[in-house]
Amino acid sequence: MNKKLLATPHIVWSVAFILIPLGMVLYYGLTDRTGAFTMAHIITIVTEEHAKALLLSIELSLISTIICFLLAYPLAMMLVNMNMSQHSFIVLIFILPMWMNFLLRTLAWQTLLEKTGVINSLLGFFHLPPLEIINTPTAIVLGMVYNFLPFMVLPLYNTLAKIDKNIINAARDLGAGTVQTFFRITLPLSIPGIISGVTMVFIPALTTFVISNLLGGSKILLIGNVIEQEFTQAGNWHLGSGLSIVLMIFIVINIIAEAIFDKQGEETAS
Amino acid sequence: MKNKLLLLLILTVSVLSLTACGKAEKGENGQVLVYNWGEYIDPDVLVSFEEETGIEVIYDEFETNEIMYPKVESGAGAYDVICPSDYMIKKMIANDLLATIDMEKVPNAKKYIGSQYFDQSREFDPNNEYSIPYCWGTVGILYNKTMVDDPVDSWDILWNEKYADNILMQDSVRDAFMVALKRNGASMNTLNEEQLISARDELIAQKPLVQAYVIDQVRDKMIGGEAALGVIYSGEAIYTQRENPDLEYVIPKEGTNVWIDSWVIPKNAPNMENAHKFIDYMCQPEIALKNFEYITYSTPNEGARELIEDEEIKNSPIAFPKLSDYNALETYSYLGEEGDALYNELWKEVKSE
Repeated sequence: MNKKLLATPHIVWSVAFILIPLGMVLYYGLTDRTGAFTMAHIITIVTEEHAKALLLSIELSLISTIICFLLAYPLAMMLVNMNMSQHSFIVLIFILPMWMNFLLRTLAWQTLLEKTGVINSLLGFFHLPPLEIINTPTAIVLGMVYNFLPFMVLPLYNTLAKIDKNIINAARDLGAGTVQTFFRITLPLSIPGIISGVTMVFIPALTTFVISNLLGGSKILLIGNVIEQEFTQAGNWHLGSGLSIVLMIFIVINIIAEAIFDKQGEETAS
Repeated sequence: MKNKLLLLLILTVSVLSLTACGKAEKGENGQVLVYNWGEYIDPDVLVSFEEETGIEVIYDEFETNEIMYPKVESGAGAYDVICPSDYMIKKMIANDLLATIDMEKVPNAKKYIGSQYFDQSREFDPNNEYSIPYCWGTVGILYNKTMVDDPVDSWDILWNEKYADNILMQDSVRDAFMVALKRNGASMNTLNEEQLISARDELIAQKPLVQAYVIDQVRDKMIGGEAALGVIYSGEAIYTQRENPDLEYVIPKEGTNVWIDSWVIPKNAPNMENAHKFIDYMCQPEIALKNFEYITYSTPNEGARELIEDEEIKNSPIAFPKLSDYNALETYSYLGEEGDALYNELWKEVKSE
């Protein structure tokens, strides 16, 4: 049986739902309403409001990625050192929210954070000052961290679990302290996990428009919102596609960086 | 040989499944494909239409005129009846997307729809040949009497710093600019750049006071007491008052938008006859009343208004304002591609500030 044939469904799928749509985005992004070739839509990224939205998106998604990393790494290390039953329980707790719809979870945060929301009602009950973060960048970062944290924990856990305990024991035998072992053995060996975790948090955070809409009150314009509005409100598919291409360039850079690090990671590991 | 057989099998299966999706079951008298706003009809009305006529209703919903338009323009979705707003109907007429409606086939429309609504429709449908009014209303300020102690009669209050972080604005270009333009005494359909730029600057100045730009959520947030003032469509106002009696709706003295959503039939409609039957059915007073009670948006159907039992609603200045009592009421008109682009550009500048 020819193994290539088994790939047929996947190839049909990719062509129909990835390659053709991608080609259409490229076509729309590089043409104007008359169908003539133009770079104008891509160049508009340097205009003040587009550049501002892009930079803000990069800033917020970087902050979220860093927070996710700082939360996830210690957790993943704890998970590795736990026995089987404890560890499956914690993993379950982490995966459980992902069984619920992403939109619902974000809407729930809106209800929690609102001025008359659950958290503020509780604070008011104890005569504590209210938490005023709804419709601010802080709320958006919170939403991003909450939604994307599992995507950081799982790859980190996978690489950390694969590290041979003997290497760590050898380091300790040779006189390395806990801190030294961590920075010279564990951390370098977990780089592939860090890279894929960072990618899996950074890219969705960079492109999101739902979180900024719901938790930012549509007051904070991220690049995802600009693109969404070009399609749904302004009806300018050409500009929307042009900006999507710019965003794709950023994602491709991220993926290339990942590939390079990954290769290095494999070399140091072997 | 085995490989080829398998390939053939995959191909046949996929072709078969494709054709199976393509053809849906039809009612005994065919179908009517309806494309309407979300939550903009009483679902029971669709059922009773199917039962009475034997025509199967295929029902789709859209969220904004702008989402609906490209689908219809590209022919990606063929529909028999659509319910766009005033300015969008003008755009569709301008781009030759609509078929004229045969008034002989919709007798209920002539009989029951108030003539003033047909007059108002002339702004976008000059000969009243493309559209039959379905719902209408105004845009105004909804405020919470327990949270606002100034008199509310002007758009100015949305710039009052006392209500910082307590104001909800509409998250759509035309509605947001309408508020700022009207406040300045300009037309909400202006293409005068000076007026538009000063409106943009005012919206930017207002932004720190705005709690959020929302569309449908104005309703829930105002009911929940989350904000003191919100820009809202009159049809939602009646519903919110029912839920929270502290809320009051006002049409500001500088004037506002009087909008009409009307049934139209696109040129490429596959079931013209059924489209007329559907529109005529919607114009029956009992049916229009059912829809009014369900969606609470003002009905232009005089027959239905007569049937309303609750005198308070029947004479409600929110549901049925006497338009002659107000100044500077306008209906959105289509601004042309360049006009749209200009508004969108300025709006983006407000949002990215």
